[in-house]
Amino acid sequence: MTVEGGVQYSKIAEIKGPLVVVDDVDNAAFDELVEVETKDGERRLGKVLEVGNGKAIVQVFEGTSGLSISATNAKFVGKVMEMPVSKEVLGRVFDGLGRPKDGLPDPIADKFIDINGEPMNPEQREYPKDFIQTGVSVIDGMITLVRGQKLPIFSGSGMSHNLLAAQIARQASVVGTNDDFAVVFAAIGVQYSEAEYFRRSLEESGALKRSVLFLNTADDPAIERIITPRVALTVAEYLAFELGMHVLVILTDMTNYAEALREISAAREEVPGRKGYPGYLYTDLSTIYERAGKLNGKKGSVTQVPILSMPSDDITHPIPDLTGYITEGQIVLGRDLFRQGVYPPVNILMSLSRLMKDGIGEGSTRADHGEISNQVYDAYSRAQEVRALAGIVGKAGLTEIDLKYMDVGDVFEKEFLTQATDENRTIEETLAILWKIVSKLPKNEITKIKDKYIDQYYKGE
Amino acid sequence: MAAQGRIVWVSGPAVRADGMSEAKMYETVTVGDSKLVGEVIRLTGDVAFIQVYESTSGLKPGEPVVGTGNPLSVLLGPGIIGQLYDGIQRPLRELSKASGSFIGRGITTTPVDMTKKYHFVPTVSNGDQVEAGNIIGTVQETDLIDHSIMVPPDHKGGIISNMVSEGDYDLESVLATTEKDGETIELKMYHKWPVRKPRPYKSRYDPTVPLLTGQRVIDTFFPIAKGGTGSIPGAFGTGKTVTLHQIAKWANSQVVVYIGCGERGNEMTEVLVEFPHLKDPRSGKPLMDRTVLVANTSNMPVAAREASIYTGVTIAEYYRDMGKDVVLVADSTSRWAEALREMSGRLEEMPAEEGYPSYLASRLAEFYERAGRVRAAGSPDRDGSVTLIGAVSPSGGDFTEPVTTHTMRFIKTFWALDAKLAYSRHYPSINWMNSYSGYLGDIAKWWGENISEDWFELRSQVYGVLQREDTLKEIVRLLGPEALPDEEKLILEVARMVKIGLLQQNSFDDVDTFCSPEKQFKLMKLLVDFYKKGQQAIKEGTALADIRAMSSITLILKARMDIKDDEMPKIDQLENQMNEEFKSLSGVKVSN
Repeated sequence: MTVEGGVQYSKIAEIKGPLVVVDDVDNAAFDELVEVETKDGERRLGKVLEVGNGKAIVQVFEGTSGLSISATNAKFVGKVMEMPVSKEVLGRVFDGLGRPKDGLPDPIADKFIDINGEPMNPEQREYPKDFIQTGVSVIDGMITLVRGQKLPIFSGSGMSHNLLAAQIARQASVVGTNDDFAVVFAAIGVQYSEAEYFRRSLEESGALKRSVLFLNTADDPAIERIITPRVALTVAEYLAFELGMHVLVILTDMTNYAEALREISAAREEVPGRKGYPGYLYTDLSTIYERAGKLNGKKGSVTQVPILSMPSDDITHPIPDLTGYITEGQIVLGRDLFRQGVYPPVNILMSLSRLMKDGIGEGSTRADHGEISNQVYDAYSRAQEVRALAGIVGKAGLTEIDLKYMDVGDVFEKEFLTQATDENRTIEETLAILWKIVSKLPKNEITKIKDKYIDQYYKGE
Repeated sequence: MAAQGRIVWVSGPAVRADGMSEAKMYETVTVGDSKLVGEVIRLTGDVAFIQVYESTSGLKPGEPVVGTGNPLSVLLGPGIIGQLYDGIQRPLRELSKASGSFIGRGITTTPVDMTKKYHFVPTVSNGDQVEAGNIIGTVQETDLIDHSIMVPPDHKGGIISNMVSEGDYDLESVLATTEKDGETIELKMYHKWPVRKPRPYKSRYDPTVPLLTGQRVIDTFFPIAKGGTGSIPGAFGTGKTVTLHQIAKWANSQVVVYIGCGERGNEMTEVLVEFPHLKDPRSGKPLMDRTVLVANTSNMPVAAREASIYTGVTIAEYYRDMGKDVVLVADSTSRWAEALREMSGRLEEMPAEEGYPSYLASRLAEFYERAGRVRAAGSPDRDGSVTLIGAVSPSGGDFTEPVTTHTMRFIKTFWALDAKLAYSRHYPSINWMNSYSGYLGDIAKWWGENISEDWFELRSQVYGVLQREDTLKEIVRLLGPEALPDEEKLILEVARMVKIGLLQQNSFDDVDTFCSPEKQFKLMKLLVDFYKKGQQAIKEGTALADIRAMSSITLILKARMDIKDDEMPKIDQLENQMNEEFKSLSGVKVSN
């Protein structure tokens, strides 16, 4: 992030939390970039949240610690915050505000882009339908990801979301194509070790030179987290829609982003919505998630896999709740499965991919894909009911058919769900395991699959 | 006369400007050098509080604000059908010509192509007396829509003169003039109407005709009437949007207005891609020929989201006034309420529950009251309806939150979506114990007259089975299914069949996506017959296991997908097969 050409210096009237109130302002614009300079020449970046009647309220990304009223100046830069972009950003590491962090100089900019982006015109969107093979059975078979989708991972503290996201980043491919792809990774307030795990994982798979990393780790300024996903997505949009690349964006952890937003809202003394989060949390999150997609007449795509940790594993908490209303499905990790040592511990009953129906079937995966996955959903859901029942009445109280469903549950978890972090299964292998599961059931239990597919693939009885 | 002021304060979508003493409440204004569209929502002295419908990034105090003298209005005339509008009726296709793939700011366009010519057929002549609402002629807007050109509702009436003859005219052509008290008024193919003001009508009817959606759980169990109101609340992932898309696709109305209010961009794209290829099951014409889309996706400016609901309902009322049945689907009213909350917060109003403004309930009531089946104003006589269906996205799936609870006060059909059903992939995940329809009594008459006199009786029996199952489930949960006698196990079995064979519906299956009323009835009857025969068989000593082993069960469960709407005799054959199987079970004597 570069700042050039100062326009105006003003005095600070008040400092509270991450905000400074600037006095005697006569030419500042809403959303304008601000440079706050301390006595000893340190420069911090901020932006205008509110302006009028000679005052401007400025949010300082790097925090207000050490600022004083008398010895601080604010400079209004005369433009909104922009990210310099060019093909050279590939392979680079930036901080949470988009400044180089790898010791190399600023990349030579091809152009400067407003980090807030503009909303995609729904009329110009291309409906996403290219199947992405992640090599992870549970995703490919049951929660299919497509290019241009936003599909978050809802996790909880300590669970294996990073392993899963890194595996997706390494293995994701569209079968039968040789398109240019890139990975944009934004660490938002995560531990250094987690960010480093991603970097190493990309490096080992040779994908680092096709990746751009933005790192705001837990010890970096919290307010900077408001900016991190936006600079990352600005670069992703540039790579996708100007250079024609297929970009996978991983944002982790969106919970930290929402907390930074709450901090600003509290400092502005706004009326809070649920759990102290601002009433506009939904709208704000949508300005991040809706930056995924494909556009008519453009070659590339932006696919988002945001990761968020659900506080106390609670899916009704405002952050996962509002995220789920915006994203096109969700991959939910289950604490029970995680405790049993299952990897990836995906709770399929709570998970969903809204765009799956258009990404699968004849011509992309296989004609029976939709029906077999519906049947397995149904069977696994029955299996869970039977397990709950068995917990009360014992196995002896179960009917013969109930026992078959128990068997389905076990095969599903042990053979389908479970896989190694470096195991890359083809869609054919994935579908074969699904049919193996369904074949545990007698034919008259199979109500969601057409006879012609049963005749072709069913191996039971 | 138009107000001319200057910006004094900017914060997000909210702007304050002084020098605005001439401004009126709800007047539209242009804001700043880039001429953004805004609306006055509060006046204090000469300071106007303005909500801006476009991004205010870069706006500065000191920039000009100019009043237009008009309230926020929509343009009503041929060319609306098939369009995709933003929240303030700007056609998104035209916006993309000006700003490419992303939505730019300060772009002005006309809502419809003013130069397009339509073939106008006059229905009144010079010297005729007309009044507000009278039809003066018609044009064919699309294959499906014959569009009546009406005297605007705020017109004072008068004597027609200068009537043009039949021929091709564009929207700006003067078709006729009216004379009254020495005043001459031109009539064109279009007029404008303020969105926040309901369009007038002559009188209102009780909603008694069902809106048929082809969705069994709706039409058979929780029906909605033409001119009625319905709400579909559900946590994310419960299938709100899919259900609303299904209604928009298959409802037997002449016009569909689909409002994507603060929702996903791709969902609007899906409608745009899919509807031109889908055929209306009744006319065989593309569904897009009867559909209008209003899209203000979640990341588009929040104030325009607030307006999008009114833009949509005003367009719906306009087609209603032509004597058409219109369905308006709003996804999601919760996002609209959040837009209200955000503006209310910026106005520093005292909040009520969860930060929502105290007028949330009255705004919701006003919106749903714009539904109704009416006798339109003016002549000739015509009856039309606006059916309003709103999705609600309760936070955390909690139906006690303010938007859901207030909405329930003003609607009559409630389709409660259930996350547990969705998790087990029971779609549509409409919970049959928590949902209700206030139209059932009135609509039962229609089914009785048009499909079968037994309809209401059979529906009650099927619903009774589901209710019995609900209580039996508790016992099963504690003691296991083997604790129940065979008669009660049969209820569980029949309830399972009802859920799979009748309540569930696969919207992505070519056959199952739409179900005719006749097929709905026959499937229901088949299940009731199965239940009765099963009861009798058990009474006569047949083991439940033998009934469960019947091969016709799988066929009954798959009939919804296997048997097409025009193959009703196949259901009769299936019934015969089932009866034969019951007969062959030992100890059973079936009389027919």
